[in-house]
Amino acid sequence: MSTVAVEVVYRGIFQKTLARNIVRTIVFAARKEGKIGTAFGRYGDSPERNGIPAKQFAIVSDSPEELEENLAVYEAREVDVTINVDDTMCKGIESWAWYGLQPINALTKPGGTLIVTSRQTADALIEDIHQKDSAYNLAIVPASTSFSGLWVYKDDHTDVRILGALARVCPELVRLDSMLAALEDQGWGGLKLTSARNTHDRLATRPVEPGEGSEDEPFSFDLPGWKSMEEGLVIKGVEGGTGFRGGSLGEGYDPIKSNASGDTSYEPTRNAVFKKFSTRSMRPVINFDTCIKCTLCWLQCPDTCFDVTPDGLYDANMEACCGCAVCEAVCPVADCITMVNESEFNDNNSQWEHWTKDKDSYHKWMSELIQVQKEKDATRSHGYHSPGTYEAESEAEVALTGDDD
Amino acid sequence: MATQTLYETEREELISGSEAIAIACAMADVDVITAYPIRPYDTVMQYVSKLKADGAFDCDFIVAESEHSQFEIVKHASAVGARTFCGSSGVGWFYAFEAITVTAGLRLPVVAMVGNRALDDPGAFGVEHNDAMAVRDLGWMLYWVGTAQEALDTALLAWRVAEDPRVFLPAAISCDGSFLTHSQAIVNVPTQEQVDRFLPQYDRGRLLLHPDNPITVAPQVNEDWLMEIRRQTDDAMRRTSDVIREAYEEFKQVFGRGDDSPFIEEYMTDDADIVLVGMGTLAMPVRVAVRRMREQGKKVGFLRVKFFRPFATEEIQEALSHCKAVGVIDRDYSYGSPSYGGVLFNEVRSALYDLDDRPLVQSFVAGLGGREVLVRDVEEMTQMVQDSIDSGKVKQVNTWIGVRE
Repeated sequence: MSTVAVEVVYRGIFQKTLARNIVRTIVFAARKEGKIGTAFGRYGDSPERNGIPAKQFAIVSDSPEELEENLAVYEAREVDVTINVDDTMCKGIESWAWYGLQPINALTKPGGTLIVTSRQTADALIEDIHQKDSAYNLAIVPASTSFSGLWVYKDDHTDVRILGALARVCPELVRLDSMLAALEDQGWGGLKLTSARNTHDRLATRPVEPGEGSEDEPFSFDLPGWKSMEEGLVIKGVEGGTGFRGGSLGEGYDPIKSNASGDTSYEPTRNAVFKKFSTRSMRPVINFDTCIKCTLCWLQCPDTCFDVTPDGLYDANMEACCGCAVCEAVCPVADCITMVNESEFNDNNSQWEHWTKDKDSYHKWMSELIQVQKEKDATRSHGYHSPGTYEAESEAEVALTGDDD
Repeated sequence: MATQTLYETEREELISGSEAIAIACAMADVDVITAYPIRPYDTVMQYVSKLKADGAFDCDFIVAESEHSQFEIVKHASAVGARTFCGSSGVGWFYAFEAITVTAGLRLPVVAMVGNRALDDPGAFGVEHNDAMAVRDLGWMLYWVGTAQEALDTALLAWRVAEDPRVFLPAAISCDGSFLTHSQAIVNVPTQEQVDRFLPQYDRGRLLLHPDNPITVAPQVNEDWLMEIRRQTDDAMRRTSDVIREAYEEFKQVFGRGDDSPFIEEYMTDDADIVLVGMGTLAMPVRVAVRRMREQGKKVGFLRVKFFRPFATEEIQEALSHCKAVGVIDRDYSYGSPSYGGVLFNEVRSALYDLDDRPLVQSFVAGLGGREVLVRDVEEMTQMVQDSIDSGKVKQVNTWIGVRE
């Protein structure tokens, strides 16, 4: 094989340095085998925005001519290995660089490998990952989501473990000895080398068959041609005056009846061509019964994601939520807003609607999620942190992984 | 000096075109660098400030409050004998335009990097050549870089030529946004000794603004002075060709690399029936396409214009005089221009007018706003040029490539 391409899918800010370390080391390691390569970020991604899915690539070829076929492009057309360093993005990614949801394995070649850092099982991940027509492999590096970003670099060995795993699943890209030599060149010795070697030796890979995985159709948008676009850069806005969820708030409006009759016209709307479903790694779960209607979440949410419901409650709109957890932090009620890991959810439906329709069912759902989150609390890596959380998590993480033997 | 310990030996680095220029700034021991952030140019200021913070580079690094001030500061610094560097992108570059125009008029050898970016509106980050192109009539030398290596080399060449007393004109180095500014490639970084051998100190001589040399710069004039001043600048620009040729020969001797010509790169043009012409990283997909078409027995070549100002009329005439047809690919546009073609197209067509046996010339506008120009696009353009050859004339002079209808 003359050209090998690798992509790293990461969360903006939080994991930017991690992604950069991985792709650069790939090129350095391949150079040791006489190959030539390039490393670049997906331009237009805007990885300076908290949590936004973003990509970096490493492309390695035997000769400059072969490499040239992959230059002056934004993304490799297909990749031998996709590396996903935040398992909540197994649901797909929507960066700033394009419209619509790109399945996490969209660029993974037939027979290629998807490496995910995760504490979930392969089956749980595959449930979230969109199915493909072709077979590929799933390799899990057991780890919590690494917080190795632009401002804070948590040196939890995720970079070297990924690179060790890569040498295992794609030896035609670079052999383990070259990889280890490249790591040493960057001043990473001792435990980090051990971590790389251990992950290489212990990596478990599971084949994923064609058609296996989520059947969800990734949301997409049609881009208009120049003849059909409005002139003067004018974009039609959301019509005003239709009230909550588009439905009239006038006399006799009954959201439950309206829903039962199949009237979906009252769905609240945001940007028609950019959803933030994949931007967050957590989302707020709201206890509507304890809400005191103080308005703080609605006021403080930096993404104005809270819709005011006809009964004066606040429903977090999943089209707009980035998972920053400011709402949880400002809420004065102890158990009203709880941030829960995104991988626990299978849809983006309105919580208020669920609660309105069936309060018992909602409470059961909510309690289970909060319980799961409490058990997983050590794995919470992104979003708003109160002082001391980071240190506590770091200690918990070391206790949890204990990989440095 | 700290720089000497960093650059004692020639070595390979994995860096972007922007990093390459930042390293060139350090090696050229630039005295004054001004900055104001705008993507994609801002990558240069990031790397300059990193070099400075690391103690590898000692310069006055001034982050101005706007692009206008940014270019004003280097203009003045250059007048008092400081070697200078600055840069911008897109509308940022345009905001500085008053300062940019006077810099050439005052014959100040400022070197600027333009990270090519589409002009607003709409706000977009991708490469388009119209931003840098705007200085084409103002007495700036203007160069389009093709690789990160060439970015480093051209920066060194730029100071050498601009600061030559026979020239004393500013130089702009254009780097395609994303494909050069944000993509890391293997670059040979020369030694400080090589750079010192190639690049003499900037000596402003009798034009130095200094208390020991009482002079006035830039008085107000009337129509009785202006034409003579313009004619002087014209003569300086006419002298650049020889100075560039001389400097480039020495560059090749000192650094051991370089093309045949400093002005153009010819790729498989010798026996070509069709020669495609373009600038910047367009060369990457075009060279790949040319290789593929050659394998199919098609006689296709490529000419990359490096110096847009001075425009190498004679060399370009010579390179294109033997082919049947020329296809010029512009990453720019000129609304309402002759034949509604690209800027480079009209320059090339004009240059070929004096040939006794002129090839057909066809215009393509492609890759605006950073849209990828793919190998198949190049093949499609080549086929259109072939159709013109077959029918004996160019039926449609300009074609937009890759635009959604």
